[in-house]
Amino acid sequence: MSGLLEVSGLSTQYVGARGTRVTRAVDDVSFTIEAGRTLGIVGESGSGKTTLALTLMRLLPPAARIAAGSVRFDGEELLSKSESQMRAIRGKRMAMILQDPMASLNPLFTVGDQIAETLRAHEATPRRTAWARARGLLAAVNIAAPERRVGEYPHELSGGMRQRVVGAIAISCGPRLLIADEPTTSLDVTIQAQYLKLLGDIQREHGLAMIFITHNLGIVARMCDQVAVMYAGRLVEAGPVRTIFNEPAHPYTRALIESIPRFGDATERLTAIEGQPPDPSALPPGCAFHPRCPLVVDRCRVEAPSESRVTAQHRTRCWMAAPAPADVLKG
Amino acid sequence: MTPLLEARGLTKHFAVGRGLLGRGGGVVRAVDDIGFAIESGRTLGVVGESGCGKTTTAKLVLRLEKPTAGQILFENEDVAGLEGLGLRKYRKSVQAVFQDPFASLNPRMRVDAIIAEPLITHERLDAPAVAARVAGLLDVVGLPARSRDLFPHEFSGGQRQRIAIARALALSPRLVVLDEPVSALDVSIRAQILNLLRDLQRELGLAYLFIAHDLAAVAHMSHVIAVMYLGRIVEIGDAAQVAAAPQHPYTQALFAAALPAHPDERREEVVLAGEVPSPLNPPTGCRFHPRCPKVMANCSQHEPKLKLAGGRQVACHLY
Repeated sequence: MSGLLEVSGLSTQYVGARGTRVTRAVDDVSFTIEAGRTLGIVGESGSGKTTLALTLMRLLPPAARIAAGSVRFDGEELLSKSESQMRAIRGKRMAMILQDPMASLNPLFTVGDQIAETLRAHEATPRRTAWARARGLLAAVNIAAPERRVGEYPHELSGGMRQRVVGAIAISCGPRLLIADEPTTSLDVTIQAQYLKLLGDIQREHGLAMIFITHNLGIVARMCDQVAVMYAGRLVEAGPVRTIFNEPAHPYTRALIESIPRFGDATERLTAIEGQPPDPSALPPGCAFHPRCPLVVDRCRVEAPSESRVTAQHRTRCWMAAPAPADVLKG
Repeated sequence: MTPLLEARGLTKHFAVGRGLLGRGGGVVRAVDDIGFAIESGRTLGVVGESGCGKTTTAKLVLRLEKPTAGQILFENEDVAGLEGLGLRKYRKSVQAVFQDPFASLNPRMRVDAIIAEPLITHERLDAPAVAARVAGLLDVVGLPARSRDLFPHEFSGGQRQRIAIARALALSPRLVVLDEPVSALDVSIRAQILNLLRDLQRELGLAYLFIAHDLAAVAHMSHVIAVMYLGRIVEIGDAAQVAAAPQHPYTQALFAAALPAHPDERREEVVLAGEVPSPLNPPTGCRFHPRCPKVMANCSQHEPKLKLAGGRQVACHLY
């Protein structure tokens, strides 16, 4: 079965002003997401997860260039599309929710205007119809009194409501894929729970595929079917959520899972990962995780691990997880 | 045993300015008649959502704000009445570490000057003695000795938080207020800092007032947890008990809303309707009643007092 979104060998680089300094923000990343499923992309700051999302949407800043790879969405190659073709896809067939709703919404326009704008841009909906649909969409994201809220400005809404409005805009044209970049980081705990439940409900109702970009493994545990772990621009491990939580193959994934405090766990000390994430513009040679890795061997310091399969669905990039290739065993 | 710090009937109201026509105006009841105690070497964790009053509580303890009513007693002495030497002694005894180590460290000062500043302000030490203390503090928080000559921007977030901790420890405080100390840090760094704080508490006998929205981190760090909602403490008690079996419907909803640490971890689904009301005009009776899934007739009329339930104090008419 082919996926809704198939990403293979994707590399995105930032090029310095004089063209000499190249930062490999996304390096040889491949994954597939099927219609109606949820993928979590986990990583820390500088891991390249947001650059990956922007690459998928073709919303990269001018300093970035897509160096290699392919992004096939619904069977079409996105990387060869023109800007105007992408504009017809963005907001219509794939949509995005960003972390800060105040930055995604225009403070000078009413909520209704902003929802209607998307509908009018993509579907040439008449103004009155678009406003009527905007009210319906506000109701669909559980905003009370939509007929009043539709005429209000973003500053009149709470943070949770604003993020709901962003969600309403995202689903307004019935996309097949929704990319959410840290959608609940700015929300309070109970509001976060409401919002995640809403996204889950919308997903089930519309058969939407979702990509959650997050630093929070809890969101992955709660929301996702599949997870991909990024470190220093590379996908170091990917597979079904339960498999990854139960049997992580990469030492970074394992350490991340063990470093989260748990309820009812009386252990004095948390498992900490020593050191810090590397500077993406000055990555260590070999495996980028080797300076922090408890299992490091000589090979890790010189040679970046190739991808290996733990099971059919479970991939990782670690020399210690990989069965040695036949020629090494012989030699 | 008397606690190190005790709050009794602590209240802080902020007057909200009137509009141009003299209308509007009112009082925000940021913290409303709360009480708690922190013992030497122990941690009180405070949880709650935006507007619950946890940061105002921290400011009151740090005496950055003066209470409208009630008292904070530090070793049985009312903090509000302190001045001169007494106040200086209190400021030495109670230090703070804030959320954002990018904002809390002066970018134009070198690390040794940052850590030495409280020593120079509060203690008469000669230069070699200050240098020795700074070296010792860097060692305690796990930073290399050469860090002293660098500027904050040369450090990562986790290392900056270590610098902030070293500065807080410079005057050998008895109590450290930790306001979201790991929220701004990368996931792989949080455990390092939480472990460091635990080690320091054990070695130095520090008491902590730990404020965070990450419930699992608070449960991990605290001996006692206080749950706040709209300026009130709705539940307070032994951290393990509160986390394992929350009693107040708000605490239950809060812990149910916390994200799981594993995909198989299923929580009782309590999704609260609505949002936290404005503290300018809190609901009558129990402030939580408009969102409470277990609301009863008298909840909107009478505000419940804290009483013993399940081995801890709970303010709810159910008990």
